[in-house]
Amino acid sequence: MEFVTPTINILIVLPVLLVAGGGALLMLLELFMAEERVKQWAPTLAIIVLALAFLQTIGLWGQTHTTFTPEGSSPMVILDNFATFLNVIFLLTGFFTVLISVNYLPRVGLNRSEYYMLMLFSLSGMMLMGMANDLILVFLALEVLSIPLYILAGLSRPRPESEESAMKYFFLGAFSSAIFVFGIALTYGATGSTALPAVLAGVSNGGALALAGVAMMLVGFGFKVAAAPFHMWTPDVYEGAPTVVTAFMSVGAKVGGFAAMLRVFVSAFGSLGQTWVPAVAVIAAITLIIGNVVAIVQPNIKRMLAYSSIAHAGYILMAVAASVNSPDGVSAALFYMFAYLFTNLGAFAIAIAAERKLGEGVMLDDYKGLAKRSPLLALAMAYFMLSLTGIPPTGGFSGKFFVFRATLEAGLVWLAVVGVITSVVSGYYYLRVVYLMYMYDGEGELHTKPALLTAVALTVLATLVLGLLPGAWYEITKQAALQGLQVLAGG
Amino acid sequence: MFAEWQFIALFVLLAPILPGAPIIINRLLGPHKPNYIKQQTYECGIETVGDTWVQFKVQYYIYALVFVIFDIEAVFLFPIAAAFGQLGVFAIGATVLFVFLLADGLAYAWSRGVLEWV
Repeated sequence: MEFVTPTINILIVLPVLLVAGGGALLMLLELFMAEERVKQWAPTLAIIVLALAFLQTIGLWGQTHTTFTPEGSSPMVILDNFATFLNVIFLLTGFFTVLISVNYLPRVGLNRSEYYMLMLFSLSGMMLMGMANDLILVFLALEVLSIPLYILAGLSRPRPESEESAMKYFFLGAFSSAIFVFGIALTYGATGSTALPAVLAGVSNGGALALAGVAMMLVGFGFKVAAAPFHMWTPDVYEGAPTVVTAFMSVGAKVGGFAAMLRVFVSAFGSLGQTWVPAVAVIAAITLIIGNVVAIVQPNIKRMLAYSSIAHAGYILMAVAASVNSPDGVSAALFYMFAYLFTNLGAFAIAIAAERKLGEGVMLDDYKGLAKRSPLLALAMAYFMLSLTGIPPTGGFSGKFFVFRATLEAGLVWLAVVGVITSVVSGYYYLRVVYLMYMYDGEGELHTKPALLTAVALTVLATLVLGLLPGAWYEITKQAALQGLQVLAGG
Repeated sequence: MFAEWQFIALFVLLAPILPGAPIIINRLLGPHKPNYIKQQTYECGIETVGDTWVQFKVQYYIYALVFVIFDIEAVFLFPIAAAFGQLGVFAIGATVLFVFLLADGLAYAWSRGVLEWV
């Protein structure tokens, strides 16, 4: 028996290792330091780890590497501009989550030292999602992403809502993972490999087995990104989980799901595009309609933002459906997720400032009179709501513009029409928050600490920049998308 | 294609027969003389006390979880031990790191007081 070590280039996975290592370090610190001091230093340590990983990631922009190549097989990990761009999104998500958590957790009595550790572990899984070049690694990354999130959702134990949230998320997540793995198994049966280049080569001759595999993986991804009709868990989980965890999940887990979905579907299953594009387009349309229509009747801001996040998954799915027949599909999806990151985390930051106690102050009625209590925060919230609706000059408008253009280019005119109509519908519930803030009087204190205000200021700035200068940023996403697809198509 | 599955079919047929046959043969051939002592539940020779449907402490699940750490460790260390002679410095380093990460998990559980019996 001969043992051959796979070719490994540590430099490529260093950002992931830094983030995961930071989590492991936090776990170790508890042995040597008093718990209070660990809690005190954990946010700082998390920021340092994220900053180091960010610098490393930025340095890898424009380069394409593969690593973890087993003897006589294709590499397990690929790092191209696509993965680098997504890593930037994930690291920024982590950064803003830390900023909005620092003061919130002690305030609501949830300051458990595991929080930052689990967040870092989940982030490392998200980063691997974009870098995976093998279905097995996609699954591994998916689990590394999900399992810490199950625990985070139940962080405010023994609060029943939080435990319900964790249980629902865990069971539905486990089911969807099982379906996803079944899909991988069927794809392996049809193509004889789990490596994406080999899947690409064999999938068109795979027949019904390959199609069943594609369908089951679509269901698995649908659960992770909360696309209808696999969205049932989202409102309950988002409502029950602590708000900072909801903010983290609504961006991180969703973008993580789309990261792997884009790579697997657009590249490896690209040759089956004519079969899966109609399915994804229909799912996108259902998601848009359900997300936007059901959000109207939600009295709770966290449930409203949950349905809003379902709706935004629909817009990104539009771009996914467009990405086979339009060169702009993948870049539109990347731009949309980049804009969504800032807008959504900004809106959640203000929801956190308005949350008086754990689970109190999260109803829409609590936003009455916010403009009188804090004019600047109300202005920021109004701006985020405009961005989520898609009104210029905001990042949300630019994102929707690129997505609709790609959809039209791909010839999915009916889907673009559904997208535009549901966008108009979404105006009703987003602008109602603005209406409540400015037209009513209301009581309630706001918890504004420097860290949270920094997060709000930075997200407003980023949304504004993406709204005013979308062209320059779109060029960057275009480079990210093109390079990613070239490498994949070339195998 | 079906030739590959013949073994599976054979296995499906044989699998219930192998454990089933001794039980049936035992019933048919063996003498059957029950009495009170013979009907008792046998565990380790000592007479049982009370009902067997007792509640176990839920804390046992944590032991099961911690046990999984060692279980996984053992499963992954076996192939490393088998290939030890041909491994380079890098592979040894990776193994040490792997064991260290598992130990980290155990140390965390320990620091949380999981190993204390309450």
